[in-house]
Amino acid sequence: MCDQTFMAITFGPCDNCSTTSPLMNIYIKNEPTNYCSFCVEMMACQGLLKGETLASLKNESESLKKKLEEERAKLHDVELHQVAEKIEVVSALSIKTRRVLKGHGNKVLCMDWCKDKRRLVSSSQDGKVIVWDGFTLNKEHAVPMPCTWVMACAYAPSGCAIACGGLDNKCSVYPLSLDKNENLAAKKKSVAMHTNYLSGCTFTNSDMQILTSSGDGTCALWDVESGQLLQSFHGHTADVLSLDLAPSETGNTFVSGGCDKKANVWDMRSGQNVQSFETHESDINCVKYYPSGDAFASASDDATCRLYDLRADREVAVYQKDSIIFGVSSLDFSLSGRLLFGGYNDYTINIWDVLKGNRVSMLFGHENRVSTVKVSPDGTSVCSASWDNTLRIWA
Amino acid sequence: MARDMTDKEILKMELDQLKKEVSTPRTPVGANCQETISFVEGLAADDPLIKGVPDDKNPYKGDKGGCIIT
Repeated sequence: MCDQTFMAITFGPCDNCSTTSPLMNIYIKNEPTNYCSFCVEMMACQGLLKGETLASLKNESESLKKKLEEERAKLHDVELHQVAEKIEVVSALSIKTRRVLKGHGNKVLCMDWCKDKRRLVSSSQDGKVIVWDGFTLNKEHAVPMPCTWVMACAYAPSGCAIACGGLDNKCSVYPLSLDKNENLAAKKKSVAMHTNYLSGCTFTNSDMQILTSSGDGTCALWDVESGQLLQSFHGHTADVLSLDLAPSETGNTFVSGGCDKKANVWDMRSGQNVQSFETHESDINCVKYYPSGDAFASASDDATCRLYDLRADREVAVYQKDSIIFGVSSLDFSLSGRLLFGGYNDYTINIWDVLKGNRVSMLFGHENRVSTVKVSPDGTSVCSASWDNTLRIWA
Repeated sequence: MARDMTDKEILKMELDQLKKEVSTPRTPVGANCQETISFVEGLAADDPLIKGVPDDKNPYKGDKGGCIIT
């Protein structure tokens, strides 16, 4: 992701010591303040107990990480693909492009299916968010956003609203009306406010709450009606690029992945980071829960997808090939969880057998990198969005 | 936000998190994999992308060429 964050330097009296000098704009507990660089250094040392230094904290951290690895390794008695050897191989798949959705003027960055299994919403770098009917290729709504790079969009479970956001640092909800003449942009409701770009958003089980992830390193849960922040989730040490809610039967958790190579599982009610996994070698672009809710997979710039089991608290499978060197931008599971669809930056979609760990098939057709891959709610088709300005529906 | 935290604060945060994580309950991989496999096997027979959908039921496979002009 292009990162345009920088420290703005202003000149004036420091908020702490009142000397006039170049100031750094920093946030102390979400309050913007200006401190001179000397005060920033002093403040950094205050949070430590007596005798703690950077080195000692690092050592403790390293030894705890080792202990964690040992604990996890104790339970690593067998590999997933070994247990799966007795299963039949997946038969040849006959998945082809069935629809090409053209209409965006620039890279399509994100898409989401509606629960009615035919409508989908897509957002693009050109600032437009379009709602399509997948069967007829009809464009039902087109909403212009005030910013370019609309990086996240989501369909409400009821099908009556969409949420989107990107470089405007906000997540806005638009109620969809059947009246074609109505100006959707006028009914926009700004729900989330972050201090950096919005990378992902999803409605929870109802239309009333939205979960967002942002380049500012946090995830947040918002109430749509009031715009109030219900819970915020701190723990990532870099931009959070993706999040996914656990499938409803298994409770109130979600997983997020970010540029710090970590995938974190969070409890939505307490805001606590419950489990954390750091085995990728580069930024995690996408995370997705397994249909059973007991595992999740992550897609990364290191060209691998990895499956993590939540009960065993470790990585159980890596989907990689020496011939695949381009990063994976997005992934999704088929309905049964047997197939994993990964959208890669080499313009292809690779289909992996989740249990055996080998690649089953490849889907060609896009003319630029694939940005998002999503399986429809009933599992009958897969939609992919790409930087070649089109979306494709495969079935 | 991580950008505005000093290195020491970030390390402290990671340390607290690790302390919590060392004590999470874990189950062996073999048992979990078996469960996952039986879950998938149960559903795989109905997975439309694996077993395919007959042409008359598939909404995407219709419209083979031609357009209706009235």
